[in-house]
Amino acid sequence: MKNITKLGAVSALSLIVGASASFADTIKVGFIDPLSGPFASTGTNGLHQFEFAADYMVNANGGLLDGTMMEVVGFDNKISPKESLIQLQVAIDQGIRYIVQGNSSGVANALTEAVDKHNRRNPDSRVLFLNYAAVDPALTNDKCNFWHFRFDAHADMKMDAITDSIAEETDIKNVYVIGQDYSFGKAVSDAANKFLGEKRADVTIVGDELHPIGKVNDFTPYARKIVNANTDAVITGNWGADMLGLGKSIIENGYTGPIYTYYAAGSGITAAFGESGKGTIRLVGEGQINPPPNDEAAAYVTAFKEKYSDGNVDQTRIANTIGMLAAAIEEAGTADDVVAVANALSGMEYETIFGGKIFMRPQDHQAVQDLHIFEHTDVDMPFPFDNSPYGVRVIKTIPMASADIETTCQMKAPS
Amino acid sequence: MDLILVNLIDGLVTGLLLFMLSAGLTLIFSMMGVLNFAHASFYMLGAYFAYSISLALGFWIGLLLAPLIVGVAGAMVERYGLRRVHQYGHVPELIFTFGLALLIEELVQFVWGKNHVPYNSPEILEFTAFAIAGNSIPAYKIFMIFISVGIFVGLLYVLTKTRVGMIIQAALSYPRTVEALGHNVPLIFMGVFGVGTALAGVAGVIAGPVLSTFPGMAFVLGPIVFVAIVIGGLGSLWGALVASLLIGWITTFAKSYNIEMEAILNGIGIGTPENLSESPFRDLWSLTSPQIADILPYVLMVLILIFRPAGLFGKRIQ
Repeated sequence: MKNITKLGAVSALSLIVGASASFADTIKVGFIDPLSGPFASTGTNGLHQFEFAADYMVNANGGLLDGTMMEVVGFDNKISPKESLIQLQVAIDQGIRYIVQGNSSGVANALTEAVDKHNRRNPDSRVLFLNYAAVDPALTNDKCNFWHFRFDAHADMKMDAITDSIAEETDIKNVYVIGQDYSFGKAVSDAANKFLGEKRADVTIVGDELHPIGKVNDFTPYARKIVNANTDAVITGNWGADMLGLGKSIIENGYTGPIYTYYAAGSGITAAFGESGKGTIRLVGEGQINPPPNDEAAAYVTAFKEKYSDGNVDQTRIANTIGMLAAAIEEAGTADDVVAVANALSGMEYETIFGGKIFMRPQDHQAVQDLHIFEHTDVDMPFPFDNSPYGVRVIKTIPMASADIETTCQMKAPS
Repeated sequence: MDLILVNLIDGLVTGLLLFMLSAGLTLIFSMMGVLNFAHASFYMLGAYFAYSISLALGFWIGLLLAPLIVGVAGAMVERYGLRRVHQYGHVPELIFTFGLALLIEELVQFVWGKNHVPYNSPEILEFTAFAIAGNSIPAYKIFMIFISVGIFVGLLYVLTKTRVGMIIQAALSYPRTVEALGHNVPLIFMGVFGVGTALAGVAGVIAGPVLSTFPGMAFVLGPIVFVAIVIGGLGSLWGALVASLLIGWITTFAKSYNIEMEAILNGIGIGTPENLSESPFRDLWSLTSPQIADILPYVLMVLILIFRPAGLFGKRIQ
């Protein structure tokens, strides 16, 4: 009853203020990610998750700041940094103040620089860059700036969690590190060597190699080497076809230990691994959906699947991004002054429906949150991926993972 | 020693799979005189058709039907597409096949989506055939070897021992004479194109479960097929076989053994620079063979083109 009165009052008030004014305006979030080309499936699924989060968490609850709705606008960057900068300008020209992006750290590096430059030159149309998946540690270290916020754990934090898990399994003696031959694959290898050396001096790295990215047809020879090295655990940063090819090949050729990895779920990969990946594929990530930590999370995933039956809730950080942005806008009392919103985000503690809380570190704008090790399985699986019986299930949780990981960031607040 | 044997088997599987594609492509080349850029796309279609059929009727029916469908589709492409374009010369034909490759990729994404599809080997073949020093050889790989060897023997028999084969061979080399003798050469060409694409379809059906079925699979395998027929000699079936096996073994062995560039350079008498991390050639020195394994066939192709432009078994000298 109270709500209805409030709603009535707001509508009446807005009528008085004038229908032409800000009532029709929405808070726009510009989504810049690949919506065509080879990575289109990842990008499109991400956009759907953003649209859903905005509708479900914000608009269905009456919007923000007494009734302003949130709208997610998709921009196709074809995963090219150059194209992203053009799309960023288009978004800014349309009056968008919040940019979200995640696929490829190369794009994120270009965007964070461009946003910083733009905000210095145009204090009247400043924008915030909310990074939901680009995990290059540099973005919240050397290249950090006041406008960039990362809602995903970065590559080193994730490796910290993986090696925590390996450290507890004392029967793992031999670890094999393999990855794609480019910056991310190398970063994964470096981090694995560093953390394993610190946590388990008795572990031998029996193999540490890189293969050409996207060029390997048959991973069998790599798999043979892994098996022959008496490997107890494999660590890889592979994604897409390279992840599936490597994983399938290793399993097929007789390896039975765990494969620790970052991206081996959703986008058809879970279904393609199927039975063979059971008990072997282990992922690191945030956000628990199996088993659902609470009814709210279960309701969220169910509602998403009703709307996008072919999609997956494989990036719960998207919901966190929207949730934290909404909370920051409410706290700042404005969506137009992004400095106030950024100040509200910085240092924010947020309860996520996917379990635990998220702390946005003020010194580098890096989110600190619970990280989980997931297992690919079909046992006790209320919310599987890819419309298959398989999904990922939490087997271990590291609360507030890497909360005090070092940063070289020297944050400069705008004057 | 045991590992060498395992690698020989793995390389054989890769090579034979490549051969099924390059055999069809090289036959089509002898016939049309141009490369069929869409050849690997028919391979992809084979995998996707087989996946769809296997959902309803099982893997074996898929193995039987999918290549047939792909072959018929290939024949239709020749009959209603390429034959019309042929009169305008080679360049339009090339562009036609190139466009077709793009079209098929978009079509596959449209029908089956952009994700990987869960196309798996049949359960009856999901066991270890035998193991060599702890390296298991999956039964499915043995099955792949049998299928491809069977196809090669059958193809060789038809082409060299039967009347149909002789007419085909004659039509490939002297189409006008064969036509003058009263044979329907356009029909033969359509048949060869159909069989060539059907072979690619078979390769797709049996490779889909192991190399994963996704819209990029044609793009990953396509270039290497061209390399195979250029090395083997355009138009030569034996050349395609030898080159495919060679590529299979080279890449497998390069991936299996960590041969370091440093060792090779030292071996030919170039000393390691003193402070390697400062050297401008640091990346070259720190290179290992698994890193470049899948690029080696291209290096081989360049060498062949320089020293024996007609390819290993090629007869064409222009």
